[in-house]
Amino acid sequence: MLELRRLLACLVMAWPLLAPGAPSTSDAALELRVQRVAEQLRCLVCQNQTIADSHAQLALDLKKEARTQLAQGRSEQDVVEFMVQRYGDFVLYRPPFKPVTWLLWVGPFALLAAGLLALLYQLRQRGLAEGELATEEFE
Amino acid sequence: MKRYMLPLGGFLILLIFLGIGLRLKPQEIPSPLIGKHVPAFSLPQVEDAGRSFNSRDMEGKVWVLNVWASWCAPCRAEHPALLEFSRLAAAPVVGLNYNDVRGDSQKWLKEFGNHYQVSAFDGDGKTGIEFGVYGVPETFVIDKQGQIRLKLTGPLTSELIREKLLPIIRELNRA
Repeated sequence: MLELRRLLACLVMAWPLLAPGAPSTSDAALELRVQRVAEQLRCLVCQNQTIADSHAQLALDLKKEARTQLAQGRSEQDVVEFMVQRYGDFVLYRPPFKPVTWLLWVGPFALLAAGLLALLYQLRQRGLAEGELATEEFE
Repeated sequence: MKRYMLPLGGFLILLIFLGIGLRLKPQEIPSPLIGKHVPAFSLPQVEDAGRSFNSRDMEGKVWVLNVWASWCAPCRAEHPALLEFSRLAAAPVVGLNYNDVRGDSQKWLKEFGNHYQVSAFDGDGKTGIEFGVYGVPETFVIDKQGQIRLKLTGPLTSELIREKLLPIIRELNRA
């Protein structure tokens, strides 16, 4: 009787492994790819989130679409391209580097450089003025 | 006096940029589909699942595609304006019932009035994705050659119909 019980317990514990719904390694790989694509795409309803982070209906639908296409053998690049063709560059969470976005990418660095230059100029002017003052005092 | 000019100038520039920022509408994303051919689709009708609507049937006509859903509150808000527009009969209005449950959308049409020539039922939202739909309601104007010429995101108003929709439809119908 004890033996039977043990056997039953083993069977119960092993059941999830036998069940057909258990995720296989290929499913896990697919999920990983879906996740990678989802992290590149902006959720257009909640614009500061990627569709990986968002639970909006649109984000769920787009993730589903990405999963279907990846499962059909399309590459991650293809899926991102598919979304850009329909939703525009805006769907990319990381804006592409092209003429219309040069200002966006380079702007902050240009501003920083301009600020540094202005600061340097000011400091030099002040240095010169102080130098003059110092020589005046010596005279 | 001169030493105040620089900060004041900087402040004014900042004000100008803030002013521009206030006028931007980040919700309105330019559609890459403008000027492209309308994605072909064939879907069952909302009113009668046995009949279907094929986008190719509209070839040679200037037509309006209005994306709507029964769960979408702004769709209800634009409903009177759209009704008014359909009465003008400037162009046939086809509905794309996006991400919906058929029973709900049929009830919605019965309750608020059906001003669509026909509504295509896109229950899983797949056709919506083809159109880059991200916020219902959305309205597309399609020319005789099947090119998308205008997309409006958000509820239609009498003003939008008068100033945007009607002029382009008139122009396209002449072409």
